[in-house]
Amino acid sequence: MSAQIPEVRSTNELREKWMKPEVITGSEILLRSLLLEGVDCVFGYPGGAVLYIYDAMYGFEDFKHVLTRHEQGAIHAADGYARASGKVGVCIATSGPGATNLVTGIATAFMDSVPLVVITGNVISSLIGTDAFQEADITGITMPITKHSYLVRDVEDLPRIIHEAFHIANTGRKGPVLIDIPKDISAAQTLFVPQTGPVTMRGYNPKVLPNKIQLDKLTHAISEAKRPFILAGGGVVYSGGHEALYEFVRKTEIPITTTLLGLGGFPSGHELWTGMPGMHGTYTSNQAIQQSDLLICIGARFDDRVTGKLDGFAPHAKIVHIDIDPAEIGKNVPTDIPIVGDVKAVLELLNQDVKRANRADAWRAQIQQWKNEKPYSYKDSDTVLKPQWVVELLDETTKGGAIVTTDVGQHQMWAAQYYKFNQPRSWVTSGGLGTMGFGFPSAIGAQMANPDRLVISINGDGGMQMCSQELAICAINNIPVKIVIINNQVLGMVRQWQELIYDNRYSHIDLAGSPDFVKLAEAYGVKGLRATNKEEARRAWQEALDTPGPVVVEFVVSKEENVYPMVTQGSTIDQMLMGDE
Amino acid sequence: MTTKNTIAVLVNDHPGVLQRVSGLFGRRGFNIESITVGQSEEVGLSRMVIVTIGDKNNLEQIEKQLYKLVDVIKVIDLSSKPMVARELAMIKVKAEPPQRPEIMGVVETFRAAVVDVGTTSLIVQVIGDTEKIDAMIELLKPYGIRELTRTGVTAMIRGNA
Repeated sequence: MSAQIPEVRSTNELREKWMKPEVITGSEILLRSLLLEGVDCVFGYPGGAVLYIYDAMYGFEDFKHVLTRHEQGAIHAADGYARASGKVGVCIATSGPGATNLVTGIATAFMDSVPLVVITGNVISSLIGTDAFQEADITGITMPITKHSYLVRDVEDLPRIIHEAFHIANTGRKGPVLIDIPKDISAAQTLFVPQTGPVTMRGYNPKVLPNKIQLDKLTHAISEAKRPFILAGGGVVYSGGHEALYEFVRKTEIPITTTLLGLGGFPSGHELWTGMPGMHGTYTSNQAIQQSDLLICIGARFDDRVTGKLDGFAPHAKIVHIDIDPAEIGKNVPTDIPIVGDVKAVLELLNQDVKRANRADAWRAQIQQWKNEKPYSYKDSDTVLKPQWVVELLDETTKGGAIVTTDVGQHQMWAAQYYKFNQPRSWVTSGGLGTMGFGFPSAIGAQMANPDRLVISINGDGGMQMCSQELAICAINNIPVKIVIINNQVLGMVRQWQELIYDNRYSHIDLAGSPDFVKLAEAYGVKGLRATNKEEARRAWQEALDTPGPVVVEFVVSKEENVYPMVTQGSTIDQMLMGDE
Repeated sequence: MTTKNTIAVLVNDHPGVLQRVSGLFGRRGFNIESITVGQSEEVGLSRMVIVTIGDKNNLEQIEKQLYKLVDVIKVIDLSSKPMVARELAMIKVKAEPPQRPEIMGVVETFRAAVVDVGTTSLIVQVIGDTEKIDAMIELLKPYGIRELTRTGVTAMIRGNA
């Protein structure tokens, strides 16, 4: 299957022509600089303050511009593009409301360390600070949720700023960088000298290589450990360290769990893999963390959804923390062996020395026993569709090979539990911020980055309605995303909490009034299908797979289904509600 | 154990730097007792001196989080070393002619200075560590303080370090 996304022009010749020093406008500098950074796709929405930039884009085909229907769609798409490709996602919006509509997406990327360069227009420099029409202090508003930001004050700074922004976004602990460009700066002219060399910034030097003494301590600890366990997170995927991790596990034979963002960083079929940990993680992973005597945390940040109650987390373990961000070490959990460095670099160095954890055989057997006795499970039904069964259907028919994006809620947890990821960058989900509205537009970005792969977007009926307008993008560009809606007619995760924690007081969760999703899809020119039982589900899903373009498939599922296991807030992670499987 | 910590932060003299640093303290729930900013010995760099209250873990996190800011060049925990810390205060104190000699006595004892004389008030300028200024204010209170302003602490490590 191949997306019908228009090809961008070959840029080699153009590049040569364009990359000569020349007097041009700030807008043209921006476009040429983006090309120099290897950008092939940007997501955006024009408006008054970026009109010079969009004017320069008129007839411009060197990279693709996707016009979304809302700035939130643009930034989530850029985010999905970045997560699924490892490249920097780029998005453009105008000043004021255009810029503020990006805030949720910037925060989403910041929480999950996703590299983005976010370009906003602003009012002309002389009007800044006067409450001018469509003025917002977007650098001020986004300071707490960006890795760095720039307000461009002189067009001569623009080439350097763009070059620095890409460097900052995609090195060290990755994250979003904002460039705010006043309208007069995008119009002003200056001599453009292309920037391609290495970036040197005095205040920014991420440490890539770890301290050897700490590595030796870890190697020794592994040889001593009776119950070692690995907790691997998104950092494995972001650093490209999945092969080094596989090698590390192969050599040490230490059992491993991967966090929500780490899914795909280690093959789920491997016998040492124990599933996801934490609030909706497996019994095995949570027991293993709690009983381990050596917990090796790799590129994960001890999020509260993973640790549960911190007092009593991994009480017997010596804690090892490998992370590129020194500020993560000791932030939530006191660390015995801190290792600051790039996950891939650290693991490759470790793999030179590390040996099998020989004292852990009984432990491995224990973990296998837990895995066999307490896998994820649910009570299937022949009368109503179970959402877990739907995810299993998607997994079986695609053999775990699709890129899956999700929104946030119950369907997200079921997707994480029942879809079997075997390769990195196949799983796109909002972990840290838990952003509803993320699932569908992020799939558009993931598909743009991977035109030849199958992209499935799994959404709830709630989150789908937070960005459903982007169906237009799929239709216009024939972006062949398979949009799954798990429709239980309520805000399912909220319902689950209200049932279990708020004594069945179901306050304002009924999504009655939702559109007919099949008709909604059709209104945008996208094929829509619905299934209410297993037979229909199999048939509809097969039809979706056989259809070359975008398809919406609505699975009407049981309303009462809950996500289990579950660790309620304030409990340690081995105190799990297992449901009534 | 909660203590008062003084840290010096060398930063790029870029617009918005103060907002980035103070915003980080606010967002992470760290307390700022005082913050002073001004030129450093190098053109293009400013030095902030921040007094903050917290335990050892807070201080470690503050340092690490500050280093994540691209505009932060260097962070030094001054209070872990012998340091000189000073602040300046100006106190406008009510002073009818009969009280003036008494007030002048306090000012001389503290090696402070009177920098302005009005018909019914004086402005007293005092430089010293925080405790000294606190003490001076206590002594002047009975006369009636009309206006008070303090700069916050600036500080440096002693010796050649």
